[in-house]
Amino acid sequence: MNLDARIPDGPLEQKWENRKFEQKLVSPANKRKYKVLVVGSGLAGASAAASMAELGYQVECFCFQDSPRRAHSIAAQGGINAAKNYRNDGDSIQRLFYDTVKGGDFRAREANVYRLAQLSVNIIDQAVAAGVPFAREYGGLLDNRSFGGAQVSRTFYARGQTGQQLLLGAYAALSRQIGLKTVKMFPRTEMLDLVLVDGHAKGIVVRDLETGEIRSHAADAVVLATGGYGPVFYLSTNAKGCNVTATWRAHKRGAGFANPCYTQIHPTCIPVSGDHQSKLTLMSESLRNDGRIWVPMKPSDKRKPADIPDAERDYYLERKYPSYGNLAPRDIASRAAMTVCEEGRGIGDTGLGVFLDFRDSIQRVGKQAIAAKYGNLFHMYAKITAEDPYAQPMRIFPAVHYTMGGLWVDYDLQSNVPGLFVLGEANFSDHGSNRLGASALMQGLADGYFVIPYTIGGYLAGQKAGAIKPDHPEFGKIAAGVRDMTKRLLAINGKRTVDDFHKALGKIMWSKCGMSRNEKGLNEALREIPALRAEFWQDVKVVGSEMTMNQSLERAGRVADFLEFGELLCRDALERRESCGGHFREEWQDGGEAKRDDVNFCHVAVWEHRGEGQPPVRHQEPLAFDNVHLAVRSYK
Amino acid sequence: MRISLHIWRQSKKSTKANFKQDGKMVRYQLDHVSPDMSFLEMLDVLNEQLTKKGEEPVAFDHDCREGVCGSCGVMIDGEAHGPESGTTTCQLHMRSFRDGAEIWVEPWRAAAFPVVKDLVVDRSAFDRVVQSGAFISVNTGAPQDANAIPVPKADADRAFDAATCIGCGACVAACKNASAMLFVGAKVSHFLHLPQGRVEREQRARHLVAAMDQEGFGNCTNQNECEAACPKEIPVRVIAEMNREFVRAKVRQEPVSSKRVGGDG
Ligand SMILES: Cc1cc2nc3c(=O)[nH]c(=O)nc-3n(C[C@H](O)[C@H](O)[C@H](O)COP(=O)(O)OP(=O)(O)OC[C@H]3O[C@@H](n4cnc5c(N)ncnc54)[C@H](O)[C@@H]3O)c2cc1C
Ligand code: SF4
Ligand code: FES
Repeated sequence: MNLDARIPDGPLEQKWENRKFEQKLVSPANKRKYKVLVVGSGLAGASAAASMAELGYQVECFCFQDSPRRAHSIAAQGGINAAKNYRNDGDSIQRLFYDTVKGGDFRAREANVYRLAQLSVNIIDQAVAAGVPFAREYGGLLDNRSFGGAQVSRTFYARGQTGQQLLLGAYAALSRQIGLKTVKMFPRTEMLDLVLVDGHAKGIVVRDLETGEIRSHAADAVVLATGGYGPVFYLSTNAKGCNVTATWRAHKRGAGFANPCYTQIHPTCIPVSGDHQSKLTLMSESLRNDGRIWVPMKPSDKRKPADIPDAERDYYLERKYPSYGNLAPRDIASRAAMTVCEEGRGIGDTGLGVFLDFRDSIQRVGKQAIAAKYGNLFHMYAKITAEDPYAQPMRIFPAVHYTMGGLWVDYDLQSNVPGLFVLGEANFSDHGSNRLGASALMQGLADGYFVIPYTIGGYLAGQKAGAIKPDHPEFGKIAAGVRDMTKRLLAINGKRTVDDFHKALGKIMWSKCGMSRNEKGLNEALREIPALRAEFWQDVKVVGSEMTMNQSLERAGRVADFLEFGELLCRDALERRESCGGHFREEWQDGGEAKRDDVNFCHVAVWEHRGEGQPPVRHQEPLAFDNVHLAVRSYK
Repeated sequence: MRISLHIWRQSKKSTKANFKQDGKMVRYQLDHVSPDMSFLEMLDVLNEQLTKKGEEPVAFDHDCREGVCGSCGVMIDGEAHGPESGTTTCQLHMRSFRDGAEIWVEPWRAAAFPVVKDLVVDRSAFDRVVQSGAFISVNTGAPQDANAIPVPKADADRAFDAATCIGCGACVAACKNASAMLFVGAKVSHFLHLPQGRVEREQRARHLVAAMDQEGFGNCTNQNECEAACPKEIPVRVIAEMNREFVRAKVRQEPVSSKRVGGDG
């Protein structure tokens, strides 16, 4: 497997300029001869599709929702980072770069992260020009808030709907190109396989989710921007449709899967209320700007929060991490919450919860000021729990939120399969083993607006335009395989529903490969998942037919992939014998803090698929730190 | 809780506006509904039961389940998104209903939104309206610094209030004329309150209104049902703003160079 990251020469600050300069270009007149498929219409996909179309490429864009505007980026709440230093508080590209590398526990590529920090500045300019209504101060300039893992205020936001506003900005740009007929949009269309011709990605096979038709799309390059795989745990803050299907099937065609075990558990979500629960709802990290996290000092203290005096409260993040306090990074805040719950100090009926309390800030700035900043989040909380968070503290608990792992890509965001590019949460590139808050929106838009429009040209310049047509025999072969899988799923007609299997998988994943992991549990998971998968293929019940809209069939395909992918995730967690960021192995810790092993694990783990029944092979891309010092991460 | 449901079942996409022949209401009974379930989780439970019996589950659109993607939306007892104001179907909880309730569930009904299956409708008309001009024609590149043009906070807030529309279509479904004025007005208002958006205000107003008419949405007769149904509480002032913008655009001659929508010259 070729894992050359192709990092450009030169000093860190010059690398991206150097790459843009040395890259081969496609002339404006030739661009329109090339076709690019963009799978996904979230921040990464929509911005990529629009920007490439503006340059003149023919673009086809796909999403499984009924409109590109509904991609899961829409749900991002808190904000987007950028090194603008508008606060005059000492921020800089260098600092954002450093915070991100450190936040990721030194498991990301320096060159990629530096470019991300450089481009962050352009994203805000671009979004404002496109009409994104960011929050402003009375003087008319942009406002900022703070996010975890940073001591500067660099997060731009649009109340609690930053993802929505940014996505609508990218969707508007995409819509403009659709109107101009430079992008052809295929909503309600799911990519079910990748087509390689002579080792290059030259197309995809999709299912039209409205009619059931299986179709082939050929092109000169394929871009995947299909988001994260959080729902492999069943319950997560992700949308119900988020899945691993596109990247997993590309993996089975040869694309390396990097660091699948790096998953992020977000500390502030609404706790589970019952078995019927279909998803978990995030309460944005931005709330930690004004909310204080605490549990009672004494175990099993069932008094009402208001009746517990300050002296009997443990503001444990402020106590343990005085310099970052409530803004400690997510992995650390989540583990700290778990620890106090294990000590019997968790709150609520289940004892799996901690308080996020706004009492002090409401006293300080007033209810109205808090409502202006977080109104929609408080409203959402009240809807779900039937409690008033202005009057009593929120109850929160960690939940699966983001997946740092993804398809391996080089500096140009190209996978090891030539012609296959991967953007946004679907790739593994910038966040190491823990993503800092407000940096996924930044990465998705950096990839889509500012990286891919350049780097795709470097690949296309070496390709003959339009050489492959959908009547190429490879398409027929792969489409037949897709039809076959659909038929098999419908034919089983067993006794258990798709959701039933999905929940069973989620249970294994969360209990054995969730917030903390150990060898014994992982080995158990590695036995239980294949058994569950075998049962799925014998006993799942999918009702209805293939040639119509069939939502159970859609879910069945996604769960079938999760049942394969979950195993790889656990295997990766087992093989990474260290703790880093969101990957916490109980065997490697320092009093509850993650203990890295830089001698043996300062690398990206990249998995190669070797076919059904064959164990996958683990490759390594070594990580070099020339500009930051590999240190023990401390937020104390 | 014990709940009886009457749900619209339809297997094929409607092709004409006369939808009544395309499907029918079917009654289902659920005996163990928890008041903490969301409305969609209640439908999940129904679908699990149907699947186990070998019957086709009820198709409905949903994704984020936290009120922001705009995928979900059904008529519940004749009200778009059900009885709670400012709430999407996915955020509605069963505690809003009484034990023993009979609930009628139907898809959005509008000529511009053909039913695809059961509770799923085709809202692509909204996307086409947006494609006609609900954007600012800037290419990706190097625009000026984000703080180069100050925007008064009150204007930014007004733009934001309009921009929170989730494109669910409840406004159309609630309107007896199936008018899309609240949705389209929200787009006009969003850009109108930003200096960046005012550059193309005339052509935007003209193009959006033309596209809306072409898609078969009805006219506004000031019933304000849309505002009452809107889960994001988009105010009807956006409709007044759109009307003003349209009149303003009409009295000004369209400059020749802007004839091409979003020209990227
Ligand atoms: C609740 C929540 C809050 C968040 N808040 C923040 C925040 O405040 N700040 C921040 O920086 N990050 C935040 N994040 C993370 C961030 O929102 C995501 O990581 C990011 O938006 C992902 O963007 P994307 O473009 O990569 O993928 P997505 O937006 O998930 O888009 C995926 C696209 O791929 C399509 N797709 C997927 N599979 C297929 C297939 N097989 N065939 C066809 N199409 C397919 C989908 O239809 C969709 O269009 C949050 C995440 C969640 C869940
Ligand atoms: S205006 Fe309101 S009801 Fe209409 S589409 Fe937007 S959010 Fe939905
Ligand atoms: S499912 Fe997203 S708004 Fe209801």
